[in-house]
Amino acid sequence: MKSFIALVTREVRLAWTGGGLWLPIVFYLAVATLFPFVTGPDKALLARTGGGILWIAALLATLLPIERLILPDRQSGVLDQLALRGWSDELVATAKIAGQIVAFALPLLLATVVGSALIGLPEAQLGTLLLGLALALPALAGLSVMIAALTAGLSGASALGGLLLVPLTIPLLIFGAGTLAEDPRNAMQLLAATSLAITALSPFAAGAALRAGRI
Amino acid sequence: MSSRQASLPSLSLENVAVIRGNRLVLRNLTVTARAGDIIWIRGANGCGKSTLLRLVAGLLTVTSGAVKAEGRIALADESLALDANVTVEHALQFWADLDGASASERSAALADMDLQGLAKIPVRFLSTGQRKRASIARVLASKAEIWLLDEPYNGLDSASCARLDQAITSRAASGGIVFVAAHQPPSINVAHSLVLDNQGVAA
Repeated sequence: MKSFIALVTREVRLAWTGGGLWLPIVFYLAVATLFPFVTGPDKALLARTGGGILWIAALLATLLPIERLILPDRQSGVLDQLALRGWSDELVATAKIAGQIVAFALPLLLATVVGSALIGLPEAQLGTLLLGLALALPALAGLSVMIAALTAGLSGASALGGLLLVPLTIPLLIFGAGTLAEDPRNAMQLLAATSLAITALSPFAAGAALRAGRI
Repeated sequence: MSSRQASLPSLSLENVAVIRGNRLVLRNLTVTARAGDIIWIRGANGCGKSTLLRLVAGLLTVTSGAVKAEGRIALADESLALDANVTVEHALQFWADLDGASASERSAALADMDLQGLAKIPVRFLSTGQRKRASIARVLASKAEIWLLDEPYNGLDSASCARLDQAITSRAASGGIVFVAAHQPPSINVAHSLVLDNQGVAA
């Protein structure tokens, strides 16, 4: 357990010092800032669509660090050294997902508070939006690590990662958008269930991809 | 006496064959190593030296044959496996913590490779030879009984080579097994010299 925490801590440190954190957060806030320029200062329209825009921005923000999640560790031999010490690829993937959740989730939720203020989201919707994102972020972290493991070392990995990730996030996006309706309970439950399933399965898919990529 | 013998490291490869990328890299390879052995693996480029070490490390699977290893294994190959943006000390500490090595063992590994003066320097600022020494220090701090060193002398100056020789000799003398894949003969006494020909067969 101590070793697992050490690996998660390393992931968080790498995310915070290597640009894997602030780039997505800046991107996320940039979207929130630019959106009112496109729609105009129509408060009612912003309030109606702002939550959905923040959902899409969060989804796209998770794409940005994909190349940093697996490839550097594969190239530098860190993954080999972990395997040598008896770490299963699934456990390494789980640590990376946990690290991504810790490093990315809290800052993104804080950025959501700022972003919703920039868009002018009603205060009543902010809580629902934060809860929905908090439920979805573990699944987004799982998907991003899985895609990173699948595409590590491939040419055009970023573009390919985007092509793979976006369709897989559609259920999260649909249920996430559903939570912004007047009665969010059913959508919230479905979002939680979907997120749980993706989060639970992604370490196995990512682990298999890590194993297949070992040369 | 018997329990002591049971804890000694050993390593054996029996009729091992490995195919990589549709190429038969190793075939009919049988090697046995016991505690205290230093084995020099040599052969031309591409003959399978690194493949053999990765196989022993468990990073590759055999196509046929069997690999049996008793004891913890440490590998130093061309990959540094140290985070570039942290200091040498912190980069080594990460692995030493995973290996259960104490702070004194970590300091001793740094001292053995003459890295104390570079301990506070970020890894990315190290020269090629210094990186190699840091990579070997990771192995020294691992407390592993079986060392797999792939071209460990590349980039090292003569003083560092002597330090490495000393470390290898000490590890073998304390009951470890050391595999050294290198083109140049080590200046230490080796138990066996395993020569791989271009077909990956021990000659």
